[in-house]
Amino acid sequence: MPFGNSHNQLKMKFSSEQEYPDLSKHNNHMAKVLTPALYEKLRSKQTPSGFTLDDVIQTGVDNPGHPFIMTVGCVAGDEETYEVFKELLDPIIQDRHGGYKPTDKHKTDLNPSNLKGGDDLDANYVLSSRVRTGRSICGFCLPPHCSRGERRAVEKLSVEALGALTGDLKGKYYALKNMTEAEQQQLIDDHFLFDKPVSPLLLASGMARDWPDARGIWHNDNKTFLVWVNEEDHLRVISMQKGGNMKEVFNRFCTGLTKIEELFKNKGHAFMWNEHLGYVLTCPSNLGTGLRAGVHVKLPNLSKYRQFEEILKRLRLQKRGTGGVDTAAVGGVFDISNADRLGFSEVELVQMVVDGVKLLIVMEKRLEKGQAVEDLMPAQK
Amino acid sequence: MASMFTRVLSGRNTAVIMAGLGAGTLVSSYIMMTESGVSAGEKKKLYPPSADYPDLRKHNNCLASALTPAVYGQLRDKLTPNNWSLDQCIQTGVDNPGHPFIKTVGMVAGDEESYEVFAEIFNPVIKDRHNGYDPTTMKHPTDLDSSKITSGMFDENYVLSSRVRTGRSIRGLSLPPACTRAERREVERVVVQGLSGLKDDLAGKYYSLTEMTEQEQQQLIDDHFLFDKPVSPLLTCAGMARDWPDARGIWHNNEKTFLIWINEEDHTRVISMEKGGNMKRVFERFCRGLKEVERLIQERGWEFMWNERLGYILTCPSNLGTGLRAGVHVRLPLLSKDSRFNKILDNLRLQKRGTGGVDTAAVGDTFDISNLDRLGKSEVELVQCVIDGVNYLIDCEKKLEKSQDISIPPPVAQSKK
Repeated sequence: MPFGNSHNQLKMKFSSEQEYPDLSKHNNHMAKVLTPALYEKLRSKQTPSGFTLDDVIQTGVDNPGHPFIMTVGCVAGDEETYEVFKELLDPIIQDRHGGYKPTDKHKTDLNPSNLKGGDDLDANYVLSSRVRTGRSICGFCLPPHCSRGERRAVEKLSVEALGALTGDLKGKYYALKNMTEAEQQQLIDDHFLFDKPVSPLLLASGMARDWPDARGIWHNDNKTFLVWVNEEDHLRVISMQKGGNMKEVFNRFCTGLTKIEELFKNKGHAFMWNEHLGYVLTCPSNLGTGLRAGVHVKLPNLSKYRQFEEILKRLRLQKRGTGGVDTAAVGGVFDISNADRLGFSEVELVQMVVDGVKLLIVMEKRLEKGQAVEDLMPAQK
Repeated sequence: MASMFTRVLSGRNTAVIMAGLGAGTLVSSYIMMTESGVSAGEKKKLYPPSADYPDLRKHNNCLASALTPAVYGQLRDKLTPNNWSLDQCIQTGVDNPGHPFIKTVGMVAGDEESYEVFAEIFNPVIKDRHNGYDPTTMKHPTDLDSSKITSGMFDENYVLSSRVRTGRSIRGLSLPPACTRAERREVERVVVQGLSGLKDDLAGKYYSLTEMTEQEQQQLIDDHFLFDKPVSPLLTCAGMARDWPDARGIWHNNEKTFLIWINEEDHTRVISMEKGGNMKRVFERFCRGLKEVERLIQERGWEFMWNERLGYILTCPSNLGTGLRAGVHVRLPLLSKDSRFNKILDNLRLQKRGTGGVDTAAVGDTFDISNLDRLGKSEVELVQCVIDGVNYLIDCEKKLEKSQDISIPPPVAQSKK
């Protein structure tokens, strides 16, 4: 179990072979990389806070994966996990993030004025726009590994920092365990409320322990800027609004994040970040920017076009149902967002979404009129 | 900052001082310490027990009733020789607040020593769950001499099947919440090797969950033998479903009357069963099988976890002592509708369940009736209690059939040694 356990020493009594997990039926990134030799090399190690190799991989051992969807199969318990277990995590990161090498540097760019356009996505097609990311606070273990004391300290710090936001960012915190029935219903109606994770991918990593202690939702009075505290990451930060003004969403996102970072720094806490991995989060899939910028957009004709998947691939976009990851599209409305997280800056990723969605809408309009779209096929970005 | 820490960490009043300061201050101090490197153990102590004490205000389980901040403070930093901690014992109880009507236990042991190292919390939980049994003063009687059983043949017009189950843990290996993959595989190896020595009516075969064929799986399902990955959060939060289905399996004899589960909620669960009402024979086979398995593992230098205070040591405190549940599937169409049914069961120290087992509802008029108690009474006493009790129930049913009146029996004596 993912605690500061020196239980790891007990395992050294047994040979590496005796402890090596059975991954013969597994299809996830961890299973591809973790050979018996690598297991043997890394199993005696642990991070300073006591996170072990078995802690990293437990979720991947317990969840063999899906024949079509390649899950990551491991998590970090603290910032040092990515260093201590780099021989396991670097190849996983490389495979998951389009060939990102252990020597590559990640660029962070949260200057919204670098975004070109994005304020005029056709609102007849784009129903809503949203940008999300995560942030981890230095000095605290991550959700799979943190103690109750640490989790509560993260909550306390976050609530204090968010409480200092002003102007259109001013808002209120709702602790999961204290909210009234009325508050809960409002948060559900606003589609803000997050629930205890049910996915075995998350549960097996230990991040749902002690639920709902120290979990909560903060949002501004305008309901356009939202922060989740202690769900899958220390913080998940979301900027969103109806319609197609992605530029405004991204402006608020960057302003809000920058302010929050400043407020945390004033209290002596930085966000976990380094120049190789960018922002450090619980799941290796969210490294770099941790950013998913997306729209809910009507593409009833284009989605039936035989080259739809290929177009998305070339634009470096992915589609999801409007319920989020692992849901199906309803009524021709798709959630379209950037596929990448690491190796591109925030501005670059949002630019890809803005430019890509613009093109998708042009193609949709052509198909509506029964016109051809082959000449519009994009090159691979 | 550093000097404040040395003073605070060494003081006996640490918890009081630190609680006063608040987590925020601590955290800032911690940040300054990280540069010099703080180990996991030291890091934990930077947070006083009060910062880590779980919020149990909405909880209704034995753990929540017993775990005061003082007890938590005394036990938080202790570890068993296998490095298992209090937080790991109680995680399932923190994660599962319980039910207003059903009081769950809320904690598990990670190894044999858990019951000793964390006695301050296990003892009140055991007392709560087992009707006042006090491990510090009482001794638990073990008696697997089935020849002592009387009247062990039920009227088969009413009793459809008879079953006795218990669990056994292999001394020296951690329990399912805590075990490593290698330990779990070792449990499997030791038990399967022992079982392969069983002969005659006990001779049988092992079916590993990872290796069974489709056909074998279907047969085990049809026989109602197959167990699946636990879905109950009470079990999954305790960590016992890790690495599923590695090193899990089912062994049964060729006659399908003696069955062993390996590495489910306990190292082993041992079940003797048959259709009909011959509880005496079921129990005889149970005792004989258990003794034989024990002899076979002892030949190779292994033994079961047992001590005279707690009897057989199992993962959940609710199964200590005998770990025994002896029960029947019995038809009681008239009695079950009588308003005195539950009181009769109470006084006979019996419990009713649906025929799907724990947390299921009865189908038609057939009930699963079994002993309530596990600790403080021996196996023979408990099985006799079930036999006498079920005979009484059948007698009531027969009386009601003839429109005669029934009476509530006086309460069976509880163990108070």
